[in-house]
Amino acid sequence: MSVAVTTPSGRSAAARLGTGLRDWVPAGAVLLGFLVVWQLVVSIFQIKQFILPGPIAIAQAWQEDLPALWAATTYTLSEIITGLLLGVSAGLLVGVLTARFATARESLMPFAIAANSVPILAFAPVFNNWFGVANPLSKAMVAAVLCFFPVMINTVRGLTSVQPAALELMRSYAAGQLEVFRRVRVPNALPFIFTALRLSTTLATIGAIVGEYFAAPRSSLGQYIATASGFLNFERSWAAIVFAAAIGIGLYVLVVALERLVMPWYGSRDEAT
Amino acid sequence: MTDAVIQPTGRPAGGPVVELVDVSKVFGGSAGRVEALSAIDLSIASGEFVSLIGPSGCGKSTLLRIVGDLIPASDGTVTVNGKPARDARLDRDYGMVFQAPVLFDWRTVQKNVELPLEILRRPKTEREAKARAMLELVELGSFGDHRPWQLSGGMQQRVAIARALALDPAILLMDEPFGALDEMTRERMNLELLRIWDRTGTTVIFVTHSIPEAVFLSTRVVVMSARPGRITDVIEIDLPRDRNVETREMDRYFELVTRVREALRSGDGGSADPAAADRVRAEGLSA
Repeated sequence: MSVAVTTPSGRSAAARLGTGLRDWVPAGAVLLGFLVVWQLVVSIFQIKQFILPGPIAIAQAWQEDLPALWAATTYTLSEIITGLLLGVSAGLLVGVLTARFATARESLMPFAIAANSVPILAFAPVFNNWFGVANPLSKAMVAAVLCFFPVMINTVRGLTSVQPAALELMRSYAAGQLEVFRRVRVPNALPFIFTALRLSTTLATIGAIVGEYFAAPRSSLGQYIATASGFLNFERSWAAIVFAAAIGIGLYVLVVALERLVMPWYGSRDEAT
Repeated sequence: MTDAVIQPTGRPAGGPVVELVDVSKVFGGSAGRVEALSAIDLSIASGEFVSLIGPSGCGKSTLLRIVGDLIPASDGTVTVNGKPARDARLDRDYGMVFQAPVLFDWRTVQKNVELPLEILRRPKTEREAKARAMLELVELGSFGDHRPWQLSGGMQQRVAIARALALDPAILLMDEPFGALDEMTRERMNLELLRIWDRTGTTVIFVTHSIPEAVFLSTRVVVMSARPGRITDVIEIDLPRDRNVETREMDRYFELVTRVREALRSGDGGSADPAAADRVRAEGLSA
């Protein structure tokens, strides 16, 4: 409460970007050090390639098979993005409707929370059966269902966890339901929703790739990793894993960037406290 | 003759802004019935500063919310500006200030003050000018671009007051607005509030736990007691209108503080003895 009145709110975008880049320097240094240590450990202890290939070997495999890897990556990425779009929009829509109607909230929320604890990945073979192994929608649906519940639950929580006094304030202005929704509930829900979105990027990536392990076209990251491992071509498995990791991290960073764009007040509030 | 709260002669003229007749409030169903307020009669004239004081659970906040039509009364009539409380709320006759400032982090200080004007669809230039003027009034003119969390607790509460005044409300309803502030800030805020009250001429209903605060600010102090919540005394505060730090050292100020304290104490025992309650009412009438 007793925060000093020093920080002006309007910092320039360039200054913020600069700070943003500087924030990444220590993390980059750690990554580089990690790769060096990895390579040294593999070389010094002469670790067998099928147990752990070194970063250099992985980079070589990556370079050799780039066209196939790239094709597999784009295929899987499109599944992930389709799944994210479906799951997140359905989660938002159902969340808004559930928050709006008290009866829906009371009857649906316990099931949503229970469903959120169900290992949805176990349904992957069933989804393959429903939508067809070759249909990217079978993996996208696994990703979508994984994203749906956290987004829905957090949307409901965000929309309904408004300070009672804020609602009284709006009532004293004789503000309508739509005004309250637009000016109080939605902004209040944004941090909740973005938390779910961050989680969703990870869940969708896991959902699509693990879904592909069971059955999928050859040109998909999951099958690429499974096949390469089957032929003891572990450098290639690792090279594909690097791509999978890049997708996961890339989507996460994208959501964080979107978050800063949509709620600029949120991040800087943390800086102030 | 209906109650102890008849406007005495000598108070600046002005019709009643708030008129409560036999208001009661019951919470809960048949099983857990709680009588929060019983037989409340109160009349508040234009430009008055009335404090509601009493122990926790005496229903003072409930009473404030009934006046503001945030919750309905179970029985009785509430008339504000000559119309039912609901119509007064729909006409935006109220400004509310709560114990928490209830500022929105996603808005700048200026935009927080503009909020009620946005809801009323006032044009942009008018909104900005009005909000700036209100921030000037609470002496935060240079903080418009700040975010709420960058301000201290006292400053946040001043922003909340600026926002409450943005619609030029006939009545300012304040629910322990300084309850969360430290003593020093609280005394400064009291002076600030009196200055704003003087400048705007708005009627204020002010809920507080603090006896010195109630005496320092008010033209009248309404003393309440609990179970069921009711008015046990109404004390006229006849301190000079322009109050300042020296007011707190006047003999009359101490007398009035003592008077309110005693009224609170006798109100506590009053519930067991109806005759005593009547005596208190009679005393209130003669005060």
